[in-house]
Amino acid sequence: MAIVSDGMGFSAADLGAIWLTLRLASATTLLLLVAGTPVAWWLATTRSRWKAPVSAIVAMPLVLPPTVLGFYLLLAMGPHGPVGQLTQALGLGTLPFTFWGLVAGSVIYSMPFVVQPIQNAIESIGRRPLEVAATLRASPWDAFWTVALPLARPGFITAAILGFAHTVGEFGLVLMIGGNIPDVTRVVSVQIYDHVEALEYASAHWLAGAMVAFSFLTLLALYTLNPPWRGRK
Amino acid sequence: MSATPEIRARFKLDYPGFALDVDLALPGRGVTAIFGHSGSGKTTLLRCVAGLERAAGQLHVNGETWQDGNGFVAPHRRSLGYVFQEASLFAHLSVGKNLEYGMQRVRPTDRKVSVDHVLELLGIGGLMARKAEGLSGGERQRVAIARALLTSPRLLLMDEPLAALDLPRKQEILPYLERLHDELDIPVLYVSHAPDEVARLADHLVVLDAGRAVATGPIIETLARLDLPIRLGEDAGVVLEGVIAERDKHWHLARVNCGGTNFWVRDDDHAVGHRARIRILARDVSIARSQSADSSILNILPGKIIEISDEPHPAQMLVKLEIGVSPVLARVTRRSAEALDLEPGNQVYAQIKAVALIA
Repeated sequence: MAIVSDGMGFSAADLGAIWLTLRLASATTLLLLVAGTPVAWWLATTRSRWKAPVSAIVAMPLVLPPTVLGFYLLLAMGPHGPVGQLTQALGLGTLPFTFWGLVAGSVIYSMPFVVQPIQNAIESIGRRPLEVAATLRASPWDAFWTVALPLARPGFITAAILGFAHTVGEFGLVLMIGGNIPDVTRVVSVQIYDHVEALEYASAHWLAGAMVAFSFLTLLALYTLNPPWRGRK
Repeated sequence: MSATPEIRARFKLDYPGFALDVDLALPGRGVTAIFGHSGSGKTTLLRCVAGLERAAGQLHVNGETWQDGNGFVAPHRRSLGYVFQEASLFAHLSVGKNLEYGMQRVRPTDRKVSVDHVLELLGIGGLMARKAEGLSGGERQRVAIARALLTSPRLLLMDEPLAALDLPRKQEILPYLERLHDELDIPVLYVSHAPDEVARLADHLVVLDAGRAVATGPIIETLARLDLPIRLGEDAGVVLEGVIAERDKHWHLARVNCGGTNFWVRDDDHAVGHRARIRILARDVSIARSQSADSSILNILPGKIIEISDEPHPAQMLVKLEIGVSPVLARVTRRSAEALDLEPGNQVYAQIKAVALIA
């Protein structure tokens, strides 16, 4: 869309923010599916007494104000924080106010939205199909890919959609650890905030309207697509 | 002893409120029924054999060691088939893909069981493209059995495969299980709490009670033991094996010769020479001192009392007879036993009201 000075349509800065947001949400979702699945698996199958504390920690972002989370992440990832010391030692510099810093924050922020649907799906499958697979000569790894994953697919789809959508919708955390750097950390929600601050209501409308449409379509997809066989049990 | 194929299983497992402690030497061929009431540890024993449950102990199956003090072979490395009690087909796969799942994971050189034979044996050739969901309970269980067989297991474990089915579905599957027994040389451990299934299918019997094996032996000898009927209650009775010796077309009866003793049964269209198994329940056998000539009972046979024992209810006694070489149990009242003055060694007549041809 063309650059329009009167606030109609999306400006170059708006498009940059949209592109950045999509990249951030995609990276976060992919990382979360990889990192969240073992966590969900463990939570779904363990009888350990650590299950409750770990569940509580995973769920914390649901209730904490994003600013609180962002504040601690900023400290941890800063030059004097433990994560910051580590990333500096590895020659990566510090994460705050960078794209990957935002990804790291988003992974933690959206964790419950990915872990919980996967955990529920694995719990509802139960141990039996995996035992059956074992008696049919499938190693645990084999059974994970050929039995658990396909059976838990609705849970993974839900997790991916929710993780993506929730990352797109974050604001407070981004502001705390990402600031407002065009094309690096200025995501759509921050861009809208900037428009409103500058009294560019028309521009704000375009982006805000796009977010409303996106959210609706995402949730619509979730409720339509979702689980082809879950409801029929 | 070591030359004959066999299964040696020694397991010790302690759960809160339940302990399994067995030491079994089972034949390496034929069907061994593991019988007991619910909670006796049958399923746990089977899961230990499969390696799904980790008990302390040892397990040797026809020359292979699956578990001993030094090692534990993971379930997926054991050449076994497992048929679970409830339908366990993978919901995301078609019947055909379910059947292939295990077979594909077995080296082609180790695939001894023919696909066509198994499909024909279990009557599921027409179901291949269907989804597991769309099958009836009986069909699902047949597919599950076929899926286990197609891995060409050295041992087939069946955990009450009929328990979740209603009577017509049971009747539908039982003949398939019998053919399995007759046509495939795969040893089977068959868990059941249904005496009729055990009587019909088993060659060997293990009776479990509270996690311990209270009896183990060939089915004919074991069912004729007087100390077990207590656990079997109304289902106490013997199983005998013989052949169909004659068919009486006029009265629709067949004569079964069991080691020289003849029993007349309903003719179920089995050819002369067909191997037959009959079951005689203790409650269907009464005892007379003389051969009555005007009875409606078809099978009245002379025999000798071997042993008499008490039953849980004081009104009843259990009498073990020997008719020719066949053991038969009779349940009589204590009053009748005293009135007839029954003693071990007496020659009497067994009046057998019902003989069921079960296979």
